[in-house]
Amino acid sequence: MATTAQFRTCPDTGFRIHLAADKLIKWNAVTAVVFLLVGGLFGLLVALTRWPAVHLLPADLFYLALTAHGLDVLLVWIIFFEIAVLYFACSILLNSRLAAPKVAWLAYWLMLVGAVMTNIAVLRGDSSVMFTSYVPMQAAPDFYLGIILFAVGALFACFVFFGTLVIAKQEKTYEGSVPLVTFGALTAAIIAVFTIAAGAIILVPTLFWSLGYISNIDTLMYKVVWWGMGHSSQQINVAAHIAVWYALAAILFGAKPLSEKVSRGAFLLYILFLQLASAHHLLVEPGLAAEYKIFNTSYALYLAVLASMIHGLTVPGSIEAAQRKKGLTKGLYEWLRKAPWSNPSFSGLALSIIMFGFLGGISGVMMGTEQLNLITHNTTYVPGHFHATVVTGTTLAFMALAYWLVPVLWQRELVLPGLAKWQPYLFGIGMGLVSLFLMGAGTLGVPRRHWDMAFSDAAITHDFPAAAFLMMGLNGVAALIATLGGVIFILNMVGTILWGKKKEAAPAPQAAPEPQPAAAAGAYGGAGTMAVPGTFVLALVFLAAFVLYYFVNWKYLASVWGLS
Amino acid sequence: MSIFPPQKRIWWNEPVEKSEIIWIVIALVWALIMFFMMPYWHLTGDQNLSTEAYRIKPDVFAARTEAFAEKFKVGEEGETGIPVVRPPAGGDVYMLARLWEWWPVLELKKGESYRLHLSSLDWQHGFSLLPENINIQVHPDYEMVLTITPNSSGEFGVVCNEFCGIGHHTMVGKIYVKE
Amino acid sequence: MAEQEPGATGTTGPAAGSGGQGEEPIPFMQQVLDSPFLLLFIGVTMPTVFYILWGVINITSIPLAN
Repeated sequence: MATTAQFRTCPDTGFRIHLAADKLIKWNAVTAVVFLLVGGLFGLLVALTRWPAVHLLPADLFYLALTAHGLDVLLVWIIFFEIAVLYFACSILLNSRLAAPKVAWLAYWLMLVGAVMTNIAVLRGDSSVMFTSYVPMQAAPDFYLGIILFAVGALFACFVFFGTLVIAKQEKTYEGSVPLVTFGALTAAIIAVFTIAAGAIILVPTLFWSLGYISNIDTLMYKVVWWGMGHSSQQINVAAHIAVWYALAAILFGAKPLSEKVSRGAFLLYILFLQLASAHHLLVEPGLAAEYKIFNTSYALYLAVLASMIHGLTVPGSIEAAQRKKGLTKGLYEWLRKAPWSNPSFSGLALSIIMFGFLGGISGVMMGTEQLNLITHNTTYVPGHFHATVVTGTTLAFMALAYWLVPVLWQRELVLPGLAKWQPYLFGIGMGLVSLFLMGAGTLGVPRRHWDMAFSDAAITHDFPAAAFLMMGLNGVAALIATLGGVIFILNMVGTILWGKKKEAAPAPQAAPEPQPAAAAGAYGGAGTMAVPGTFVLALVFLAAFVLYYFVNWKYLASVWGLS
Repeated sequence: MSIFPPQKRIWWNEPVEKSEIIWIVIALVWALIMFFMMPYWHLTGDQNLSTEAYRIKPDVFAARTEAFAEKFKVGEEGETGIPVVRPPAGGDVYMLARLWEWWPVLELKKGESYRLHLSSLDWQHGFSLLPENINIQVHPDYEMVLTITPNSSGEFGVVCNEFCGIGHHTMVGKIYVKE
Repeated sequence: MAEQEPGATGTTGPAAGSGGQGEEPIPFMQQVLDSPFLLLFIGVTMPTVFYILWGVINITSIPLAN
């Protein structure tokens, strides 16, 4: 049993914080941010090389930078930060001690050693095989070993999360059901277990293959199982950043879920169906049955998309309800106009919701449709889509949380509050444009992971239209804007942790939660809930955009060569 | 609040607000429409990817492609030495992918159908037919057979869009479609 | 005791307003959503069966070229 001496009480929120959890959350979050910096800079190099007029790196370094970029941001930054979110959701939110801090530290070191090992393998230049490392292209053994160590570490961290749920219940540190945010984190952790298991199943034999103990890995089998990890790891993000959305709505507005049943039901749909979408990557492979593709790519009957559309209504809806309760009831949108748009926690949240839905969500469903994938597969449309989901969706949500969490955990004030106001707009809009330009170039057929779309040293060439070159150039400009936003974020976080002014007892206005907002919140759901007309209209706008874009692409598909 | 446990011991039975219910119904209907679009297109659409595929050894596929090219060769593509092959309409057509070329160059007739056999001799490659923007993954040890029907004429590029090493960006092939 | 299962710790929750119904059994779906290990089992089994196993069986049934 933990003694009270192992806890401190957070002066801002009143939460009892287990000191071991406190330290682990901090270390995981800081490590995450460091890898965001490294991976982000590799990303800038990639964008500057794909800017035809700049064409910065030679081919070998370009492919090296692209491999490092994918690994460091898609895997390392995101998962380290998610582990911090998991520990936050199971220990702080449940007022519980963290189960087995020693295991959590072992997890941390395994992940760190693994991440560094894989980075070294990539930087050495003999493992430029991309994030996906499709066989029979082969990387050095330590490339695979590093990812395996990282995954095992992340699995241990999930065990710590589940263990903490068990002891918190046993020690009755909370009453009734876990908070919705913890439930969202649970969803992320469940997806993470499947993700890591799939990764281990495929990368362990691949490691032995690279060592020469196994002669052959089937390319299709590899792809099926690898994407069980590769895509599901991004589904951890979806579940985690939606949990973060709910958390931020609660922290910033004292918002309560419109309905516990609906929001948790939506997370249950994620648990059941979200991971099936790994099949998005197999839609144009040889020999896979149409039934298999249709069932899996549609998450059964698009039930996980249904869940996302529900969260898309309930998160802003809960904010609208909370704002209306405070008297901001004029018209459809007084609640939204008078939201704290200069608080980076809010602007980051708002941009994350909008761009995840409009850019990432719609494009993802379109491209994940069995036949429509034919006109998008492996073009820059694909990175266009996932920069909208993983960067403007997940990364921006995590940044928004960090603006609140870092000052609270470290008890320091932000060092650059003025720049912080602009940061989510710079980063979010810059990245939103990156997504749009990459998607635009993709509809013109520009291949992803490609060093030279001018084919200047190829025996046979293809002429892309001028618009395609223009879009890749604009993509570079947008990436510069986003990088500026990213650098401001990292300076702010690192500066705050190292040199931020120690907080007075009163929380900083910039990123403070409503003091003890529990008192303000009424009963859950139903009759106690305000109608949310503004959010509902926004949802209908979203639906109209979705329907229109979806069928425009069917029309485009209908015009290409017949295939059967 | 979402960061605290639900206040009511039993929250499952709480009534759900009307706009949420309406939205769930709308979203579910849309989800079902999107789901049924895929089987519907299998029945009525002209662009469905074939699921016909075979396991094949790379040397066997290479031999078949070479025999095909030799039989229907009509010329060479510029200085490259790659044969231009004009197969009879309705027949079998082979194209192989290897580091870093698509081989051979094809000459097809608009409006005719061909059974296209695709496979790789080494790593995975991406068959990206441009400017149509039709994209198909090509694996070693697997042969995919699909029926293609060009509905436009002209010169089409086949760009590799699966990363395949340092020469990836030079891997371009051609398909000519004549009226 | 059936309601000793998941969620039973909530019987004496802070929500005094609902204290009167303390003995009412927790609805089935709420119990499911309060069972992390059941959800873990479901969440791992579903994609393993429908995505991985089905996919692997599909691949192994691709015929040899004649």
